[in-house]
Parts: sequence; structure tokens; C-alpha cells
Amino acid sequence: MKRIDVIREVADKARDSDALLIANIGIPCKELYSVSDMPNNFYMLGSMGLASSIGLGLALSRPERNVITIDGDGSILMNMGTLATIASQAPQNYLLVIVDNGAYGSTGNQPTATLNHVNLEEVAQGAGNRDVFEVDSLQRLHTILGEKDSGIIVAKAQPGNEDVPVIQMIPEAILSRFMAESSRASRSV
Amino acid sequence: MTLKCGDTISDMKDITPTEAVFNGLMDVGIDFIVSVPCVNLKDLIPMVDRESSVIHIPVTREEEGVGVCAGAYMGGKKAAILMQNSGLGNSINALSSLNLLYGIPLLMIISHRGIGDETICAQVPMGEMTAPLLDTLGISYYLPSSKADATKAVRIAWIRAVEEKRPVAILLPIPFWSQP
Ligand SMILES: [Mg+2]
Repeated sequence: MKRIDVIREVADKARDSDALLIANIGIPCKELYSVSDMPNNFYMLGSMGLASSIGLGLALSRPERNVITIDGDGSILMNMGTLATIASQAPQNYLLVIVDNGAYGSTGNQPTATLNHVNLEEVAQGAGNRDVFEVDSLQRLHTILGEKDSGIIVAKAQPGNEDVPVIQMIPEAILSRFMAESSRASRSV
Repeated sequence: MTLKCGDTISDMKDITPTEAVFNGLMDVGIDFIVSVPCVNLKDLIPMVDRESSVIHIPVTREEEGVGVCAGAYMGGKKAAILMQNSGLGNSINALSSLNLLYGIPLLMIISHRGIGDETICAQVPMGEMTAPLLDTLGISYYLPSSKADATKAVRIAWIRAVEEKRPVAILLPIPFWSQP
């Protein structure tokens, strides 16, 4: 399973469920932009580590909307406290998808500590999160995404980046387009 | 840069410094607050936690709180962080590459340790660097001189943060909290 495969599945779910989607810094943003550029997408261009925190603040502010964050193993390791805060709040409209490829993919695939040591599923559970799912196939990911709007999914993926274009939007435009979506009522069923 | 918040009103004798800050938060409609503790915030944090109009989220680290507040703003909230100035250091990348990059307002209520009456030597280096760091970031800050001034500064700071689409801080040193 490649990261872009995970992103495509999550983007499909976001579109089908009218969810707000936060994408992690670097190549994940660009891969999402290339497979599904939607006004519901927020492309986080800086602030490594904070995608899951932005998604949490958004989910707590808009309890009637579904919110999904696509994060990475390196970013979660940089802000592990987020797993404690998410567990403490446990919003029922927040789904965190961690693409765990054991590598800092955007900076040259240097190994992260999840490659040989850290089990993010267990870390998330140890932090107090109840609904944590590790998946290692697209089929299983598809099934879990079909069932869950909250909790944490750790998607085990191979390292590697797609050759995708740069996002052709300035930050202010990304934010204003996204907020026009995040401020309206959900269209979902 | 340091900002004045207008005329100093003769001070309210019957409220605490904590209540003065809290009143400012309520006056301007702050409805989402994250916090990292400081001894000088020990009364303010439970006060906002009890306030039904506010979503209060304790966070593990100031930088995390900056991210949570950015998400709350995207969800339509008026967001503030309660923190000690020692946490400014770990927040600088987020304040820059998230708030300043996208134009996201944030109200920062900062207990300013390490200056004026500080007894813990470890607080001094960050205490002295706090204002210069904010200057470097281009984040405006208010230094209220009284309780009435603080209430007003909190309100003005949020309005300014929205107008300028960037964080604005209130620096509250030890003597502010110890006044009668
Ligand atoms: Mg990775």
C-alpha cells in the first residue's frame, strides 16, 4: 500500500461524507491536491506536527461536521502529545488517519522510529484512545473507512512519493476557500 | 511592538486580576480557549473551564495549542491560548508558518515570568527574551498597567488580531497577578 493509495481512499470518503479534510505538510498535501482538489481540503504547508491538532480544534468547534486529518508517522512523533489530547476529548466527528511508512517521506525517506521500534497503534491506545485500528491493506482500509467517522487509523504503507505537481494556491486562498466550506452546514445524510 | 490601550481607568477595587482578564475574554466573546498551566493562571484556568459559553481544551504543549486554536478559528470560533511565556519558544514555528502564513488570528494571554519579582532563576532567560521574540515575529503585545486596563486590553487585542489576521499577545507579569 502506497501513501497516495491511502490518500485516495480517504479523499473518497471525505467527498462521500462531506467531511472537512486536513492534509499534512509536504508531499501528502501535494498528493491529495493531485488526486482530489476539493474546497473541503485544507493544505497545511508549514507547522510540521500540527495537522492532527488543527483537525481536533476544527472538530471540537463544528461538532455537526465530520472532520478527517491525514497525518504521518514523523509528524505524530513530533507532536505525540496530540494523542493524549485527542483521547481526552474523543470527539465523535473526528477521524485521524496516520499514514505510517516508517520514513520522513518529504525530506528524503530518512527512517523514523516507527520503522523498527515504535508501534503507533499501541502508543495511541496507551494514550487513552479507544477506537484505534491498524490496517495494512487497501481492502481493510476501505472497510474501516466505511464503518468509522471517529477514532484513529494507522495505515501501514511503503515509503515513497508520487511525482505530483506543486499546489498552485497561495496560503490565503487555501484558507478562505476552506473556510467558506467549514462555515456552512453539512450536506451529509 | 508595545501597544497602549487607551486611558487608564481608575481601578476596580472589588475584582481580582484574574477576573479582570476573564471579563475581557467574555466582553469580546472569546468562546474557545486552550491552556497550558502556570501558577499565575491557576484561578483563570478553572474559571474558563466552568464557563458554559467557552470550549476549554487543556493541551500538552503551547505549540500544540496554537494548532488547536487555528483549527477552532477555521471552525468559526474566537480562539485564545492561556500560557506561560516559557512556551513561546516552542510555538514560534507554528505562529510563523501557520498563523502568520495563512493570516489566522489568535489571542495569546501570557503569564510573563522571569521579570519583575521573579524568584526562579530558570525563568529569567526566556523572561528577558519574550518581548524581543514577539518584536521579531511582528506580533503586537499589550502591557496592561492595571486591572481595568487588562480588561480593555484583552478586548482590544482580539479585535486587532482579527483586523490584522495575526496573533496578538497580552503580557501579564508577576506584579500584575499579585496586585490587590
Ligand atoms: Mg512518514
